[in-house]
Amino acid sequence: MSGDPVETFRQEAQDLLEQIETGLLDLAHRPGDRALIDAVFRGLHTLKGSGAMFGFDALAAFTHHCESAFDRVRKGEVPASPELVAAVLAAQDHMRALAEGTDASEAEGEALLVRLRQAVDAAAGVVVEAPSAPGAATWKVRFSLPTDALANGTRPLPLLDELRELGECKVTALTDQIPPLEALNPTECWLGWEVILTTTHPRSAIEDVFIFVIDEMTLEIEALEPAAPVAEPDAPAEVLLAAVNSEAAAAPIAEIAAPDTQGGEAKAARVGDTVRVPAERLDELMDRVGELVIAQSRLKQVAVTSTEPQLRAVAEEIERLASELRDTMMVVRMVPVAQLFGRFRRLIHDLARDTGKSIELSTEGETTELDKTVIERLADPLVHLIRNSADHGLETPDQRLAAGKPATGQIRLAARQSGAEVIITITDDGRGVDRARVRAKAEENGLIAPGAVLSDSELLQLIFHPGFSTAATITNLSGRGVGMDVVKRTIEGLRGAIEMTSEPGQGSQISLRIPLTLAIIDGLLVRVGPARYVIPLPAVEECVELTVEQDMRSTGRSLLTLRDRLVPFIRLRELFRTGLVPDPHQKVVVVATGQERVGLVVDQILGDHQTVIKSLSSFHADVETFSGATILGDGGVALILDVAHLVAAGQRQDAQLRAAG
Amino acid sequence: MSEPHTTDALQVLTFDLHGETFALEAGWVREVLDPTSETTVPGAAPFVDAVINFRGRVIPLADLRLAFGLERSPPTIDSRIVVIEYDIAGDPTLVGLRADKVHEVTTLEVAETEEAPRVGLRWRADFIRCLARRNGDLIVVPDLDQIFASKGGATGAVVQLSAA
Repeated sequence: MSGDPVETFRQEAQDLLEQIETGLLDLAHRPGDRALIDAVFRGLHTLKGSGAMFGFDALAAFTHHCESAFDRVRKGEVPASPELVAAVLAAQDHMRALAEGTDASEAEGEALLVRLRQAVDAAAGVVVEAPSAPGAATWKVRFSLPTDALANGTRPLPLLDELRELGECKVTALTDQIPPLEALNPTECWLGWEVILTTTHPRSAIEDVFIFVIDEMTLEIEALEPAAPVAEPDAPAEVLLAAVNSEAAAAPIAEIAAPDTQGGEAKAARVGDTVRVPAERLDELMDRVGELVIAQSRLKQVAVTSTEPQLRAVAEEIERLASELRDTMMVVRMVPVAQLFGRFRRLIHDLARDTGKSIELSTEGETTELDKTVIERLADPLVHLIRNSADHGLETPDQRLAAGKPATGQIRLAARQSGAEVIITITDDGRGVDRARVRAKAEENGLIAPGAVLSDSELLQLIFHPGFSTAATITNLSGRGVGMDVVKRTIEGLRGAIEMTSEPGQGSQISLRIPLTLAIIDGLLVRVGPARYVIPLPAVEECVELTVEQDMRSTGRSLLTLRDRLVPFIRLRELFRTGLVPDPHQKVVVVATGQERVGLVVDQILGDHQTVIKSLSSFHADVETFSGATILGDGGVALILDVAHLVAAGQRQDAQLRAAG
Repeated sequence: MSEPHTTDALQVLTFDLHGETFALEAGWVREVLDPTSETTVPGAAPFVDAVINFRGRVIPLADLRLAFGLERSPPTIDSRIVVIEYDIAGDPTLVGLRADKVHEVTTLEVAETEEAPRVGLRWRADFIRCLARRNGDLIVVPDLDQIFASKGGATGAVVQLSAA
């Protein structure tokens, strides 16, 4: 973990802000949910507290106002009106900027606070009244703090003071837990307290006193005779809260309160039993594991040639351990896509506001896991695709009603695993792609000849062509210069593929097929001249021998007849300028991306090879033929061929030759 | 990168390239390797035409001789690879540099260093951070920022100086 406390705070602030955001978004759906209100309030309170502690005074001061507003919500003085939630959401962005220390203008902060105050005042006007106060009741409150509470900065005295503010108190210290003097550590808290409290406040007010410490402590609240029957509808007569972690306690409440599909479970999925590790440490560990695997395969080579049975046994043992370690390492890097999908709820919220459309986001398969690096690199393309769906795909409520559809448009995000790939789909029930406009636009931009005959899928593929945008009016949402071609390139950069289907009037679906991890590849190891190369196995269709006739015949046009289809081929020897005499029996590895195929002529096929992918440095970023490198069993380096690039190059070469006649 | 004037002494690793002595800031140097098996990257700039396996990482292998228009001599028993960690566009990157012979880690005093002269030099002045004289020998401290940014001048710059 980073040693810089400010950095640590920033990370914590990120988490808190995310929590607050999730809470707020959920609150928009179920405004009365007390558990959510409390969660947001606690988040704000902690943010304010730690902000002040780490010298983020502006953040602390700003957050204070939001906290105060939410305090009133929590006390039931003000309902969580949509305006109030929206105001706090907007304010939350400002807090993020303050926490990151980026340009957060004070004027903007002021404006947000004004908006917040207006929202609170407006909401306060609507509020019926605070929960009716029952007559004075007497309560027996027993509580004890965890032994490390003092070390963590919890002070029992203010708690007692707060109880006293509620009404008349009789406080008794419970000393039965205190260990003998020689075993007593003065920094540990072994005291418990029993308070007989007579108050007109409801039971929830007593619970509120402990709101910030309740996760760790033991609290018993008991109504004493002759107290009036408790007026609180949702408070059980006795609560024993010995919660180890807040989520465990909060989740069931949320579930009962709102059997809503959206927020509840995702929040509960956050378990307390995790360790936060910087991604670079994982990368380092991955590198070490990679080295270990290489060293192990060298050991194996030595062992195979040895007659020493013990050495062979150890080598086998190490082989097993190394491969298990590598598998474990892969799993460690996997994170659920829920992390990614979670971000889009806010996006949809904002998009709905900006477009004036009514949009509902549903998600599925959030537990599907993907490599962390992949998840991060997917975020931008997905934002773009969702924006596109909301902006171009979905119609306005009026148009939808006119088309006989419900006014609220649906955007659906789903993820599922299929073999070594994860398929992510973005589906909307909007108007679908307007083929005529795509065609007109493509003709206008010279992408296709006027009146060219195209299959439906070819027509849809045009959308991914560089510089293509069908939006007649460019809004601030999409059409900001980042086209679908960038999305396509990013996905292909992840060794994935993008496909689109669309039904006019029914909506569109975009599927992304993403390999589970970027870190490992199944490849075909081939030799060209003295060097070895890896061809990603999923792209390989078949391997055939390059017969002498084909070799001779194809000097002019490099074409191969394969099952009555002409396949252009590339001699890797010539491409790589190895400059030596080719092997007599060359092989052709036929690779494909989508519908396009190309043959790669190699000297020898060495076999399949599963390995850890290493990216090439910036020095070789311009060498498009290779997508990375890998380390072989003997410690040598093999370059990984970029199939998409080679296929495109092969098709180009073919087109040129055809044009030349 | 700090200017040579502002530091009193420059800790460097000295090495030979085709009979000329060069020096690199010692703080960058991660390791000096014996020649290892290299993998040629077809299509890459000649200055960085290969990659090597350095402790399980694939790192580029650069040849400063090409940046200075020196001949590439066949490897000898003294040939080494100096692995440095260098910030390239804000990214700490490991780069292997070919060396005909590696000498020692030594200190160059500022008084010993001088700005690259604009005239009378066979090499591109912008590739040279400073020159130092030591025991009558001329030591070249290359400007890796410039060399790496232009990939050893592969982008078409002519290895020639004009009087400025």
